[in-house]
Amino acid sequence: MKKITLFKVATQSIVKNKLRTMLTMLGIVIGVGAVIIMVAIGNGAQSQIEKQIGNLGTNMIVITAGSTAQGGASQGAGTFNRLTIADADKIKLNSTLLTAVSPVIVTRTQVIGGLGNWRTGVNGVSTDYLTIRNWGVSSGELFSDDDVRSKKKVVVLGNTVATNLFPDGNAVGAQVQLGRSPFTVVGVLSPKGQTATGNDQDDVVLVPYTTAQDRLSGFSFLAQILGSTASTAVIPAAIEEVKLLMRDAHNLNGGNVPDDFTVRDQTAIAAAATSTTSVMTGLLAAIASISLIVGGIGIMNIMLVSVTERTREIGIRMAIGARGSDVLTQFLIESIVMSVLGGVIGLLVGLGGAAILGKFTGWATATPWSAVFIAVGFSAAVGVFFGYYPARKAASMNPIQALRYE
Amino acid sequence: MAASSRPAAGGPVISLSKVVKRYTMGTNEVLAMRGVDLTVQTGEMVAIMGASGSGKSTMMNIIGCLDTPTSGAYVLDGVPVNGLSRNQLADLRNQKLGFVFQGFNLLPRTTALDNVELPMLYDRASRWQDTRSTAAAALTRVGLGTRMDHEPSELSGGQQQRVAIARAIVTQPTVLLADEPTGNLDSHTTVDVMSLFQELNEQGITIILVTHEPDVAQYARRIVEMRDGRIIRDVPVTDRHNAKADLASMRSEDDLVEVA
Repeated sequence: MKKITLFKVATQSIVKNKLRTMLTMLGIVIGVGAVIIMVAIGNGAQSQIEKQIGNLGTNMIVITAGSTAQGGASQGAGTFNRLTIADADKIKLNSTLLTAVSPVIVTRTQVIGGLGNWRTGVNGVSTDYLTIRNWGVSSGELFSDDDVRSKKKVVVLGNTVATNLFPDGNAVGAQVQLGRSPFTVVGVLSPKGQTATGNDQDDVVLVPYTTAQDRLSGFSFLAQILGSTASTAVIPAAIEEVKLLMRDAHNLNGGNVPDDFTVRDQTAIAAAATSTTSVMTGLLAAIASISLIVGGIGIMNIMLVSVTERTREIGIRMAIGARGSDVLTQFLIESIVMSVLGGVIGLLVGLGGAAILGKFTGWATATPWSAVFIAVGFSAAVGVFFGYYPARKAASMNPIQALRYE
Repeated sequence: MAASSRPAAGGPVISLSKVVKRYTMGTNEVLAMRGVDLTVQTGEMVAIMGASGSGKSTMMNIIGCLDTPTSGAYVLDGVPVNGLSRNQLADLRNQKLGFVFQGFNLLPRTTALDNVELPMLYDRASRWQDTRSTAAAALTRVGLGTRMDHEPSELSGGQQQRVAIARAIVTQPTVLLADEPTGNLDSHTTVDVMSLFQELNEQGITIILVTHEPDVAQYARRIVEMRDGRIIRDVPVTDRHNAKADLASMRSEDDLVEVA
């Protein structure tokens, strides 16, 4: 029998048993629908997580001064302080991949003002700093480029400092004393919490790096230079670029001289993000396969009943000349059509369900095209896998016994 | 294999020689056929009779290529059937045989036309071009030209059997095999169906029918009687009934009853 005729015959029997077909497909519909909704929610959650991890600064790279060796004993990174404002300026000017660059001068001082005094870290930074750190202010604002140029004595308080000195929240506009110089508070940073190692990131104050050099640290070397890229993907390229620029700035080009600086990215955080994502994907895949297998078993169950119920029909077909392969193909097509149809309906249900769920819960849902194809492809595979056994059972029937079956 | 060459009129289309069929049912061995010799010529109409368990159904299954002999030879229309595979048997059934069953065995919820078309769809030699009109012609031939779109549940027993006969003859088989074709029909419809068989036989179709009703057998040209797996009687019908004439007399009797 021609394939097209077989297809017609198979679909005829599907149409003739509408209720049974619908009940059979329901398993696949629910399975695929659930998978699509799961993937949509999972994907939404994943992008949410990625965004949050992005807040930690995954796009950030850190340049510190290189190591020195004294009498053969390496002193570790940062001991030979040769990072300068000139380095930072050069990188900012010439880098094509870094979208923000900020020098960082680190010192500690006593902040006096408001209710009392508080010893904290002072970071001398440029206006790019908050962009790089994915940070913002909860009140007031960051100092401007003009403030940096004119070495203005302005300060932005970290949340911890602000709550300790100004518990009433009226820090902006107040005068505080850093070391011996009076500074005006222009803003308060939004809370950022602890680092992975337990340091309070909010226990800090930010001042223009120019002011810090002049009034607080008294030296011109930088603790580090921070930079950030537009996306995580270009980080490796950005690191290479920064290395070239730094070697150029430090006149290391041409010679076989090792770097006198270190460039690092936040690979640990990125790796954590990746593993979180893969665990999530694995979980979803497991749920996906379970629900589809359940749907597939439903199909096999119905197909087995159907084969038994239609024993006589199989006998008739064989008596008038159907080969075993004709009967096998007919039943296989039947189960594949049912499962694919169920898969497509499930897909629509899933897409609709995800959209509705997203609307009512406010969760971000996103269905990738790959999930659509995998769901439909999978349901077809389920049709073949779970349809084969019943179809083979039908094909191997003895026509005499099949005809006599009551 | 002389699959396509039809023997000349009067030549043998079926020849069984020393056919033995042995079954194992549980631990028992059953000898359903104990060395049967039978030759059927083209254009014959043979009634096979016998009590249940006589081996007549087994012989029909073997003649119908649904089963193969344990020993002995069976040649159908020049093709030796022994040793053929399942697929070859299926093709042989499709091309050379037409089946009519006691229980009609039409596909349920399928129109008469679709039922009759079915055997042509399974033809691997692609002998049929316009299967729809061929099927329609076969239905017209059995007098059901006006009921092609009816499903079996919408047809009477006699009409269903006519659809089954149309399905059996649509592929122009060498032999038409009928297994108790009138077993489920009342006496009036029985004669009606037998008149159709006789008509088809007049047109040259070889017919073998199994029946246990002597009245039905009287419509055939030859009666073969079996008992315990052997042929005990093989005689031509001397007092052959004409179903059409019987039908006419039955109608006039009915009319008389109505008048009375």
